[in-house]
Amino acid sequence: MISRENIRRVTLLSPSLTMLFVMIGLPLAILAWISLLQRGVTSGVDWSAPLGLDNYIRLLWEEDFDGTIFFHTRYLEVVLRSVLLAAGTTFFCIIVGVPAALWMASLPKRGRDVIVLLITIPFWTSLLVRNYAWLIILRDDGSVNWVVNALIPGDDVGLLYTNTAVFIGLVYSFLPFMILPIYAVFEKFDWSLLEAAYDLGAGRARAFRKVMLPIAMPGITAGAMLVFIPCLGAFITPALLGGGKTLMIGNLIQLQFGPSRNWPFGASISIVLLALMMLFLMGLALWKNRRSQ
Amino acid sequence: MNLRRMPFTREIGWLVLAFLYLPVFILVLYSFNGNRTATVWTEFSVKWYARTFHNPSIQVAAWNSIILAITASFGSTVLALLAAMAARHFFKGRSAVEATLNAPLILPEIVIAVATLILVVSVGVELGLMSMIPAHVAFCIPFAYLPIRARIQGMDAGMEEAAMDLYCNRFSTFRRVTLPLLWPGVLAGFTLAFVTSLDLFLVSFFLAGPGSTTLPVYIYSAIKAGISPEINAISTIMLVVSIALVMVSFAFGRMRR
Repeated sequence: MISRENIRRVTLLSPSLTMLFVMIGLPLAILAWISLLQRGVTSGVDWSAPLGLDNYIRLLWEEDFDGTIFFHTRYLEVVLRSVLLAAGTTFFCIIVGVPAALWMASLPKRGRDVIVLLITIPFWTSLLVRNYAWLIILRDDGSVNWVVNALIPGDDVGLLYTNTAVFIGLVYSFLPFMILPIYAVFEKFDWSLLEAAYDLGAGRARAFRKVMLPIAMPGITAGAMLVFIPCLGAFITPALLGGGKTLMIGNLIQLQFGPSRNWPFGASISIVLLALMMLFLMGLALWKNRRSQ
Repeated sequence: MNLRRMPFTREIGWLVLAFLYLPVFILVLYSFNGNRTATVWTEFSVKWYARTFHNPSIQVAAWNSIILAITASFGSTVLALLAAMAARHFFKGRSAVEATLNAPLILPEIVIAVATLILVVSVGVELGLMSMIPAHVAFCIPFAYLPIRARIQGMDAGMEEAAMDLYCNRFSTFRRVTLPLLWPGVLAGFTLAFVTSLDLFLVSFFLAGPGSTTLPVYIYSAIKAGISPEINAISTIMLVVSIALVMVSFAFGRMRR
C-alpha cells in the first residue's frame, strides 16, 4: 500500500540505507564472492578465475610438492587461539564486571553518575592509544617489569609479545562493555527484593546467588555479546602486544591484504570470522531461549 | 549498614577504575619526560609536544584527520537525522531498519576495512581521502543515530501539531519546531560521530593513499618503527581531544527537553 506516510518514510530512510548498502552491504557481498576466486598475478584478485572453495580448503589442507594432500593446523591454531582468548576475556570480564556493577549500583546517585562517566570514557578514546599505553608498561624496561623486579629480584618478566599480554590488552579494551550493561540492569533493580531475601533468612552468598545473579543475567548476556564479538575480530591488541606466535584472526586477515597480498584467501578468512560470530550469536540466543522457558 | 553492599564489591570497583586509568596516566606522565627512552623518568619537559607541533608529517596527518572527521560527522549526522525522523513512530520493519543502521557497531572493523578496500579498488577509485570519506560516513551513522533517536523518542508531538494547526507546512514545522527541539540530540550525535571518525584506525589504515595518512595511522606506523615520547605526546593530545568532545556531547545529551 502506497500512502503519503510510506513515501515520506522511504524518502527519509533511503539516503542512510543507501549509504550503508553501498559502503558496507555491497563490499561484504563482493568479499564473499572473491573468497571463491583466486589470487591474481599482478593485482589482488584474478576476476576471471572459476568459482571454487579452494581458499576454504586451504585453511585446513595443503598440497605437498608431490601432490599429496595433508591436513595442517597452522590456521586452525590461530582460529582456536582467537576463540579461546575471546572466551577467556569474556569470562574474566563477567567475573570482574558483576561485582563492579553491583558496587556502582549501591552508590548514592551523585557518585554513581561520576563512576558511570569514568567507565564510559575509555569507550570513546582511541583503542590504539590505550593499547599503546600497555605496550609501554609491559616492555622489559616498563613499569610492570620494574615493580616485579623490585619485589622479586630476577630476570625480566618478558610479558610483552605473549598470549598473556594479548589477554590483558583485550580485557583492558573491552571491560567497560561488560560493566555497563550489567550496571544498567542493577540500576533498575527493586532493592526491596534483596531485603526480602535477607528477611527470609538468606545469607549474603545465598542472596547473591539466588537473587542478584538471575537479575544480572540479561546484562551478562548483553555484555558477553559486546565483549566476545569485538575480541574475536580484534586486530590492534594482538598487533601491538602480541608477537608472531600470538596471531589472531584479525592479524591473519591483515597479513593477506598487506604483505602476502592474497586477497581471496584473506576474504575467506573474513567470511570464517563472520560465520564464527553468527554461530556465537545463535548459540547465545538459543541459550537465552532455553533459560527463559 | 548498607544492605545493598556486597562484600569485596567496593574493592573490585576501585581496582577496576585503577586498572582503566593507571596505564593511561603513565602514558601521559611519560609524554612530559625529558628523556628519550620513554620508560625512565628524568625531568619534566614539554619538548616532545614542541617537536610534535613542528613535525610536518604529524601536521599533515592532523589536518587530514580533522577534514575527515568534519565531513564524516556532518554527513553521518544529516543521514542519521533523516533516518531518525522516519523511524520516529512504529512501522512494520522498523527493527530491521534500525538493525541495519547499527550494523557498523557489530561487524568487526577489520572485515569492514578489507571489504571497503576491495570495493574501492574494484570500482577503480583512487585510495585516499576521497575513498575514506564515504567509508567514514557509513561507519559513523550509528554513533550519530543513537543520541538523535533517544531525543526524538522522548519528544512530545504536541508542539508540532500546534504548528500544523496554525497552518505551518511540513517543512517549516520541521525547521521552526522539530529541529530546534531536536538540536541537543543532533549536536550530541555530531560530536560522537566526530570522535568516532577521529579515532577510526583500520578503515583509514587500509584506504589511506600516499599523503592521506591520518593521526591513528601515523601513530600506528610510528609505534611499529619504535616507541618514543613523541608518540606519547601525540597520543595524549588525542586523548584530551576525545575526552573533551565526549564531555561536550554528554552535556548536550543532558540538556533539558
